[in-house]
Amino acid sequence: MSENTQQSARPRVGLFVTCLVDLFRPSVGFAAVRLLEAAGCDVVVPRGQTCCGQPAYNSGDRETARALALQTIAAFEDCDYVVAPSGSCAGMLKTHYPELLADDAAAAERAREFAARVHELVSFLVRVRGLEQVPGAYEGAVTYHDSCSGLRELGIKDEPRRLLSSVAGLEVVEMAECETCCGFGGTFSVKFPDISNAMVERKAGNIEAAGAPLMLAGDLGCLMNIAGKLSRQGSPVQCRHIAEVLAGELTDPPIAAPSRR
Amino acid sequence: MQPSTRTFTANARQALGDRNLQAALAGLPTGLVAQRAAARARLPEFEQLRDIGRDIRNHTLEHLDQYLEIYERNAIAAGAKVHWAKGSADARDVILRICRDANARVVTKGKSMVSEEIGLNKHLEAAGLEVVETDLGEYILQIRDEAPSHIVAPVIHLTQAQVEEDFRRQHKDLAPERRLEEPAELVDEARQILRRKFLTADVGITGANFLISETGSSIIVTNEGNGDLTQSLARVHIVIATIDKVVPTLEDVSVLLRLLARSATGQDLTAYTTFSTGPRRPGDPDGPEAYHVVLLDNGRSELLASEFREVLRCIRCAACMNHCPVYGAVGGHAYGWVYPGPIGAVLTPGLIGIGHAASLPNASTFCGKCQAVCPMHIPLPGLMRKWREAEFDQKLTSWQARAALKVWGIFASRPRLYHFATGLAAKALRVFAGKRGAFRSLPAAGGWTQYRDLPAPQGRTFQEVWNERKEGAS
Repeated sequence: MSENTQQSARPRVGLFVTCLVDLFRPSVGFAAVRLLEAAGCDVVVPRGQTCCGQPAYNSGDRETARALALQTIAAFEDCDYVVAPSGSCAGMLKTHYPELLADDAAAAERAREFAARVHELVSFLVRVRGLEQVPGAYEGAVTYHDSCSGLRELGIKDEPRRLLSSVAGLEVVEMAECETCCGFGGTFSVKFPDISNAMVERKAGNIEAAGAPLMLAGDLGCLMNIAGKLSRQGSPVQCRHIAEVLAGELTDPPIAAPSRR
Repeated sequence: MQPSTRTFTANARQALGDRNLQAALAGLPTGLVAQRAAARARLPEFEQLRDIGRDIRNHTLEHLDQYLEIYERNAIAAGAKVHWAKGSADARDVILRICRDANARVVTKGKSMVSEEIGLNKHLEAAGLEVVETDLGEYILQIRDEAPSHIVAPVIHLTQAQVEEDFRRQHKDLAPERRLEEPAELVDEARQILRRKFLTADVGITGANFLISETGSSIIVTNEGNGDLTQSLARVHIVIATIDKVVPTLEDVSVLLRLLARSATGQDLTAYTTFSTGPRRPGDPDGPEAYHVVLLDNGRSELLASEFREVLRCIRCAACMNHCPVYGAVGGHAYGWVYPGPIGAVLTPGLIGIGHAASLPNASTFCGKCQAVCPMHIPLPGLMRKWREAEFDQKLTSWQARAALKVWGIFASRPRLYHFATGLAAKALRVFAGKRGAFRSLPAAGGWTQYRDLPAPQGRTFQEVWNERKEGAS
């Protein structure tokens, strides 16, 4: 990467798809691409990426996590920016890779240089690209769940609300305890299903009480957990990734909703 | 105290089904959490104070040996008798010996988590002493023969109705028409009993929130004043404190006290902040004849020398557990030992061994709320992750989890293989889902689908579609 490319009119943005979006909900990836292009970026999707390594890192398997960190860093070498539609994965790339690779000076330096280029999607659009108007259109009320890593690791709070309020016809209705964890926590949801359930039940209750027909968040992990709970409870509240609404990519059914075909 | 940390999952399940507990825990967000938020909002320099507090603690831990020696010297100069105890048994023995030397029959106690840690009450009772807890919460627990479920609010797991029932059962001369609905009425009732005990006590035992090097003083903070009566009415005052409680100066401690009360209960300061420096001097109006300090290590030196050193910055405010969604769901007893919540998830494996407490650092979503509210900036999620690494390295992780990680790692570190496999998985799951948008149950996903549906994949991976489009375009 040279200074020139970074300053050129269209920066080269590598999309870190995230393993959940890749496998479960590619439409979020395409929404992210649309938003990045609307913000004047050229988007590439390196094939050398898989998962950020959090399942290993948070299970205490540093060796596997380290291998995946090095793999990810190498895959995005030629990108001006690395953008992920997830606060959790972006947080892993940005704040945890340098820590994970700290004991090898050369790798640590690469990780720091890499981390400086990493951003979560919505905060990138607002903070780095100064995006004020999004392609999406939506009529009605939505409520927004602040995912933990985006909020507390990356300080993302106003950015999603600012972009949502730029969508004509859209009204953000805040739910109670919007900053409280939904109980997903990756492997936590499977290792401690009872506790995870108590947490997501509380979250689902707060979402229903907000009264908006659509719930948005910036992380597919939280969304699958919450949408899965609302679906199990037979709730009419729908769930989507915020990028889908901002980009106007609403042709696919909401998360956990039946296929229209 | 015998740990039940190994059965955390079962403890938690039971807690989730306990209606009294759930009713009691429901008060946390509007109680301690809201009170802290208000206190923090009233103090613009709160964040600055946190940084200063963290630095004070780091500096002290860096030179702990020196500050302990200075503390000991100054405490002895003020007339204190200082006893060093390596483990729980040593501390129990020292305290029992002091009680026996004083011909004690009745021992009053202020609230002390360290005394819980070393199992002091049972030890003294087995030796024939009458031990009376004087903190209202601890007094209730003593009646119920229960352990505290919280380090600041020990009976936070109980409803008022449960406490009223305990009092009516235990206090035989209590008139049925006597109202016991408000906390103040419960305090009044407990005082009827406790006042008599204070006056007959031979030895008063308290913990210490801090020990001050430059003066050799110990400090306790309370809201009921029971600590003062415990330590000034008995002939002998024994302070039991771990070595990490030491702070260099009065000025340092003033910073920590401002953070402690606000973080714990949302108060600017607790109702009582009591400094004790040695026994009663000639001319003093009151105070004990003898003043002992038992300095307990019990694993702290090892923590100090380990990658978990930062946990020793803890000032026991309990903000981490008050704000923890896991603690809020299951309460403190589920954690199975003295220190619950996020601080317990880091401290407990350090004190009783990761092999006995591996569930605790795993029972976190790493939501980060504990670290965000910790007045000492302790990176609790990061330290929990270090315990998970220790668990993994020592091969304490279940073989199923290790095998799953291994297989997943093989795929994830080979992008071509990974994309091929995920492509197949997305297709297969989509076919299996049919028109449904989510699975109600799925083999090998029982932990998930027990309580919630699993959203079905859209059918093709992002990588497949993206690369197909790119190839089509070029």
